[in-house]
Amino acid sequence: MSMIFGVPLAVLFGQLLIGIINGAFYALLSLGLAVIFGLLKIINFAHGAMYMLGAMVTVLMFDAMGINYWVALFGAPLVVGTFGVLIEYFLLRRIAGQDHIYSLLLTFGVALIIQGVLINWFGVSGLRYTMPDVFKGGVNLGFMFMPYYRAWVIVAALLVCFGTWFVIEKTKLGSYLRAGTEDSQLMQGFGINVPLLISVTYGFGVALAAFAGVLAAPIYSVTPVMGSSTLIVVFAVVVIGGMGSIGGAIITGILMGVIEGLTKTFYPPASSAVIFLVMVLVLMFRPSGLFGKEA
Amino acid sequence: MSVNATKQYEQLRISGLHAYYGESHILHGMDLVVNRGELVTLLGRNGAGRSTTLKAIMNMVGRRTGSIMINGEETMSCAPHNIARLGVGYCPEHRGIFASLSVHENLTLPPVVRSGGMSLEEIYSMFPNLYERRFSQGTKLSGGEQQMLALARILRTGANMLLLDEITEGLAPVIVEKLGHVLVDLKKKGLTIVLVEQNFHFAAPLADRHYVVEHGLIVEEVSADELSAKQSVLDGYLGV
Repeated sequence: MSMIFGVPLAVLFGQLLIGIINGAFYALLSLGLAVIFGLLKIINFAHGAMYMLGAMVTVLMFDAMGINYWVALFGAPLVVGTFGVLIEYFLLRRIAGQDHIYSLLLTFGVALIIQGVLINWFGVSGLRYTMPDVFKGGVNLGFMFMPYYRAWVIVAALLVCFGTWFVIEKTKLGSYLRAGTEDSQLMQGFGINVPLLISVTYGFGVALAAFAGVLAAPIYSVTPVMGSSTLIVVFAVVVIGGMGSIGGAIITGILMGVIEGLTKTFYPPASSAVIFLVMVLVLMFRPSGLFGKEA
Repeated sequence: MSVNATKQYEQLRISGLHAYYGESHILHGMDLVVNRGELVTLLGRNGAGRSTTLKAIMNMVGRRTGSIMINGEETMSCAPHNIARLGVGYCPEHRGIFASLSVHENLTLPPVVRSGGMSLEEIYSMFPNLYERRFSQGTKLSGGEQQMLALARILRTGANMLLLDEITEGLAPVIVEKLGHVLVDLKKKGLTIVLVEQNFHFAAPLADRHYVVEHGLIVEEVSADELSAKQSVLDGYLGV
């Protein structure tokens, strides 16, 4: 077996694959955070809970109603997105324009409530979700074994990321979003229903998190606390990429997943710290983030 | 409806308007009327409350009391995004060109609110520079071009009353002259224009009437044919 720096190639590629998959989740989650931050100017601490809800809804819809994975792929983001719209309409709207700390505490509180309620119902041990048959097995690429589901996660996440980027950067609707990010008052003066745009944007941002949750359901343990640990890393990714940059969120997400994977291969003890180390370096030398605009 | 009645049509009537930004009380009971097809200026010193008056019409200030009628309809309880739909086009001070949008995207951003607006072709032939630079980032344009863009984008929407805030500020004389021609054209098309202007020499030959604003109140109304007679009064208010 060929080796590189004393590591078997198969191990290296295996870790790289896991890195890319984790990166795909980071990208989806930080993308949603970036979209929400851009227009609402809030840091959505409920994002991890929405990711968890996406996975939980997928499992519960299957258990209770036999709703399959493919329907859940659209259904769970729809359910969670609608829930997000309600949160925006009944809670976030009341504190719009206040100091960041209000929205931070409010979304953090919402996350704790959701998480607490679900722990009360389901405990923390995790629910089982069976992978759809079509994804069972994998293919031997010669240098490594590639499970079908992992390949699907990467493809699906990249498609959704690219689609979101395309809609925001290249379409009319996206121009509303970009303009609203700069000056929502003037947008409203032009006759655009900005409050509605804000509700929909928040709903869409959390739907992205829920989509990540559906993708995660067959491979990660689905528990009410799965979001809170992920969210901390995602926040570090967002800080590294720069708040509010759409393309930056996607690229940084995948990059950080890969860096994490490589660290796991070459120096495993540092693997859970490496992203935070990068964050510290970025904050020291480029405080607005790799893709952020200088304030 | 006879031609005469159309001429008297009150497009905007503001009465007893007070406006506040947080604790600061900016407008102290403004009263003014603008008829359809008129070009009316709000003159006055910086901080007199002229820009705030336009913002208050757009429902962009903190708190307002009094009455603002547009086309005879009371708008005090209108949501900000519904004001534009009454046919109002607002061009803010500092232009409000979006940096993350191309020139073309900036131009087509405001939704069409009424029929009868200018088509893209008409606008691009009126402002050929904008056509040449339509794929540039909005804020990469020169100051004059950005002002043209800020004006052009509300012409597309079909708005028949334009609120223009300091459109000549900081621009070269040749651009100011071009803007003057544009305003004359728009007036010929029958548009109603409320112009907040620092440059009296720009505004004087264009306007039908002038309101002088001081400390959030209208202190003087001067029609175009009274200009020479009241010149010294105006000079006193404007400090020229």
